[in-house]
Amino acid sequence: MKRKLSLLLCLLMVLASFAACAKNEESDVIKIGVFEPLTGENGGGGLQELDGIKYANKMYGEVLGKKIELVIVDNKSDKGEATTAVTRLIENDKVVAIIGSYGSGVSIAAGDIIKSAKIPTMGASCTNPMVTQGNEYYFRACFLDPFQGRVMANYALQQGAKTAAVIMQNGDDYSVGLGNFFIDAFKELTGDPNSIVDISEFQVNDSDFNGILTNIKAKNPDVIFAPSSATTAPLIIRQARALDIQSLIMGGDTWENPAVIDVAGEYAEGIVLSTFFDENDPATNEAKVFVEGYKKELGDKEPIIPAVAALGYDAYLLIRDAIERAGSTDGDAIKDALNATKDFEGVTGVINFTEEGDADKNIAVIKTVEEGRFVYIDTVEVK
Amino acid sequence: MVLVSFETFMQQLANGISIGSLYALIAIGYTMVYGILRLINFAHGDIFMMAAYFMIFSMVSFRLPWYVSIIIVIAFTVLLGVIIEKVAYRPLRNAPRMSIMISAIGVSFLLENLATYLFTGVPKGFPDIAFLTKAIRIGNISLTVATLLTPIITIILLYVVLFITNKTKIGMAMRASSVDFETARLMGININRVISTTFIIGSGLAAIGAVLWGSKYPSIYPLVGVMPGLKCFIAAVLGGIGNTTGAVLGGFILGMAEIMLVTFLPALTGYRDAIAFVILIVVLLVKPTGLLGEKVTDKV
Repeated sequence: MKRKLSLLLCLLMVLASFAACAKNEESDVIKIGVFEPLTGENGGGGLQELDGIKYANKMYGEVLGKKIELVIVDNKSDKGEATTAVTRLIENDKVVAIIGSYGSGVSIAAGDIIKSAKIPTMGASCTNPMVTQGNEYYFRACFLDPFQGRVMANYALQQGAKTAAVIMQNGDDYSVGLGNFFIDAFKELTGDPNSIVDISEFQVNDSDFNGILTNIKAKNPDVIFAPSSATTAPLIIRQARALDIQSLIMGGDTWENPAVIDVAGEYAEGIVLSTFFDENDPATNEAKVFVEGYKKELGDKEPIIPAVAALGYDAYLLIRDAIERAGSTDGDAIKDALNATKDFEGVTGVINFTEEGDADKNIAVIKTVEEGRFVYIDTVEVK
Repeated sequence: MVLVSFETFMQQLANGISIGSLYALIAIGYTMVYGILRLINFAHGDIFMMAAYFMIFSMVSFRLPWYVSIIIVIAFTVLLGVIIEKVAYRPLRNAPRMSIMISAIGVSFLLENLATYLFTGVPKGFPDIAFLTKAIRIGNISLTVATLLTPIITIILLYVVLFITNKTKIGMAMRASSVDFETARLMGININRVISTTFIIGSGLAAIGAVLWGSKYPSIYPLVGVMPGLKCFIAAVLGGIGNTTGAVLGGFILGMAEIMLVTFLPALTGYRDAIAFVILIVVLLVKPTGLLGEKVTDKV
């Protein structure tokens, strides 16, 4: 009896897989893969970005007369999982294009698979240059870390900083990349190769930063730059303040996450970060419409529109626009259409692509935290 | 190797004792379970993680004061530990040791994924227990009350555990079971009760560890127990797994080694976790029984 039952089950499963294939061939939907970290250390940011993409799908749900279906996979903030997740999107789900990922490391890890499968991919907020370098199928909607590093170094100097300490996450492409670009820019702008007084590294899932922060305290830098995930950032901030370190603490785009304020509490006051977008300063008409609509959609979930949600929204629209103009779902056709994108009106600005496939953006928004909220300081343009 | 000022050194010493005593506290739970069951309870770090979430729910969602919450958290964590033992380990009592270890790894994955499913991967802030997170300054050294309190609590709990194992009837039964399971059972010792008690004590310590950990490192996410779990396992092995005093000693040494590496070899800060594993390998090669462990001949 048991044996017969298991045979029957096997048969059913085989049939089910055939059924799935059959359905695929005559489908009247266009599948776009979404490749984001929904768990792990970047889970918080990944979910914000996904919400933006889902909202875009809700607003603009069709292309070429067909419905767009989002296939969402979780890369778990892990490079190994990232390759599995992308392979699954391409081979099992047969997506025509991919959006993602939050986090540069996972995006770089998936790059080769995307390149050899020729699936055009639009990164929303992965800022490391290596994501698109030498990969004609990988595009992105955001600015790059060399730019971001320079913006932050510039801001530090404007605040009168002469020395800086940098804390980076060993093995994380985003953190190490951005940290080093900041170091280069800061040395160049101060003209003093000794202006970086300390460089410390930590590892993923570390919670104790008292050791490195005590070393930094002894060197008394004007600024601490600590590009890190929203999981790690509040711990660094809290422990620094508990050790009575008075330096200005700065981070990158990942810090614009309610979890940072939530966990760091009053210690988050006065931190400075750069980001992509500010809801109070909509750059385009599309942005005005988006801010109004998305505010309603968010409700009480988040106090401000996260920049990565805006980028997720843009990434989706860019892909959809390219499919529309290509008139087909062929990978190379979409890629060529993306390259031909001209003055696309996105939420985060007017977008054109460079030869590398990066959005040609030279504007960053600098924010701080006041009374438990992210507050706009300045929009910086670097030429 | 760099020279550091006296002040920096004292601050680092305080940092080392503070993290070391947290490792020690959690390592006791590991070592007790191993001592009785010869099982490395890989789910220990995840029980610790669940305790941190219980604390968040109790204090944030139900708005209970911290002293009530701690009792509730300990109660729920103990319940979780006992249920895990009943469901995942007890049915395998007579199976080969490898099966029960694999079951432990399974429980660990189950708890991590369950937490991800229930609480999402977004880190949650640990509630502020005002008196624990208050900063105090001694000269130029800054400490929180939690930092000062943790080593004291650890030492007190160590004595409580030692008292239970050495001076009480159930403790005697525990020691007997750890020497020889079968004979202890033949002598009329209720093995199931002994094992349940072990899990009660181990989980209770994990709960207290989670509260202290959360007050110091208030970012709680489903994988928060992984690293402390591994580190405390190493601490237990270093001290001699199965030996309670050894676990505490191992915890302190490990915490101190990590912080001193950062202090004197700042270029290697990125390899701080690696030092824990290097210590583990060296101990296994040079003195597999650990610092205070006794040589055990395998039962034939």
